[in-house]
Amino acid sequence: MIRDVNEKAFTTLKNIPFAPAYKHTLVSVNSGFRTEKPVCNRDKCNGCFLCYLYCPDGVISKDGESISINYDYCKGCGICQKICRKDAIHMEKER
Amino acid sequence: MTKEFLSGNEAFAYGVKLSRPHVISAYPITPQTTVVEKLATLVEKGELKADFIHVESEHSALSAAIGASAVGARTFTATSSQGLLYMAECLPYAAGGRFPIVMMNANRSTALPWNIYGDQRDSLTLLDSGWIQAYAKDAQEALDLALMSFYIAEDKRVATPVMVNLDGFTLTHTYEAVEVPSDDEAEGFLPDYETDNKLSLEEPKNMAFTAGPDTNTEFKYKEHLGVLAARDVISECEGRFEEYFGRKYTGLVEQYRTEDAEYIVITLGTLYKSVCECVDKLRDRNRKVGCLRLRYLRPFPKTELIEALKGVKAVGVLEKDISFGNEGTVYTNVCSALQQSSFNQPCSNYIAGLGGRDVPLSDIEEIFEDLEREQNGVHFVGLEE
Repeated sequence: MIRDVNEKAFTTLKNIPFAPAYKHTLVSVNSGFRTEKPVCNRDKCNGCFLCYLYCPDGVISKDGESISINYDYCKGCGICQKICRKDAIHMEKER
Repeated sequence: MTKEFLSGNEAFAYGVKLSRPHVISAYPITPQTTVVEKLATLVEKGELKADFIHVESEHSALSAAIGASAVGARTFTATSSQGLLYMAECLPYAAGGRFPIVMMNANRSTALPWNIYGDQRDSLTLLDSGWIQAYAKDAQEALDLALMSFYIAEDKRVATPVMVNLDGFTLTHTYEAVEVPSDDEAEGFLPDYETDNKLSLEEPKNMAFTAGPDTNTEFKYKEHLGVLAARDVISECEGRFEEYFGRKYTGLVEQYRTEDAEYIVITLGTLYKSVCECVDKLRDRNRKVGCLRLRYLRPFPKTELIEALKGVKAVGVLEKDISFGNEGTVYTNVCSALQQSSFNQPCSNYIAGLGGRDVPLSDIEEIFEDLEREQNGVHFVGLEE
């Protein structure tokens, strides 16, 4: 199902836009196949945002002095964990 | 308004100039070249304030046009034959994205054998690309269609790109006297392009996204409704056009002496004028014949056709196209429309003018004679055994 960022669902002719363009991101939650997820230790993180630059899915965003990760779209590739100079990110098995 | 001696391509270029496009992106190909040459000259001289993008291919030409249209620019491109086929991938992108780009296509044969002359195999191959398709009969109509196409494409009910087809060489390169409206007159007729379907810093949005099986049908249905909505918008636009410029157009079809006609030939583009001349000649011999021209193939003039062919004894579809292994594409479309009515008379297909072969009056006369013999099926005109 297509949802916008406010979780509003687009399902009928009436509410689907006339062109594939919309002011919010119309994407489906897409992370079900993830086996591991990155977790950030905020005490170790120095807020360099290297992980933000390298994340291929754009799911890392600034959160105060550290970062937050959007697990709805994170594919668990682990690039952020590999690139982190402070070992602030580790991968946790999904259960 | 001034009267100028112009080729079909030049007339179209003036029509585009009067439409005040922001961006023109095109790649030259015979017989389209002179339309973009003319526009490039107008931009160079400062008579047209537009960005002319020199691209490396037709694929890039339409891609650039889509990009420009996606930020709300009025956009024009032009091509022909192999060039149109090369940009084919981008055509449904423009239509599905609901970008009202106007394109001029100089109808030309497709390879192989290589050939630069006119037939309609190029545009008819792309009838299903989601674009509105118009076919001009002369240079005046070419200029007028350029102006009207932006109006139709940009209407919010339509929001669909338009392809205007000019017969290669027979129209693109022949000269006639053309009435050219003034900039002020044209500005009154055609308002600026306004849309919400654009990227902007004030209102960021995600454009051209994926729609999976759950919503794809809905998007395609809306695209279909957009092309169908052009029926009304074309009629409104032509009414407005007549108010501003005094020239009258007749919607999706144009008819000549069909009122009491028993035998009608249906055709496209410049062939219409030849068939009309033949109709006059045969009418002098008291033969009840007429001609009908499909001005638009998408949206398809289904109801107009059914209405026009009531009481007719036989119909022939004369086209410069063949869908190999079947029949002419226009014929397929006409037969499909007639199948949905009570029409129960012979309807035959005449394939002529391939690769620019001349279609003389004698051939058209033979087609009318053939119709009286009530033949069905597909005939290649002028094919020597």
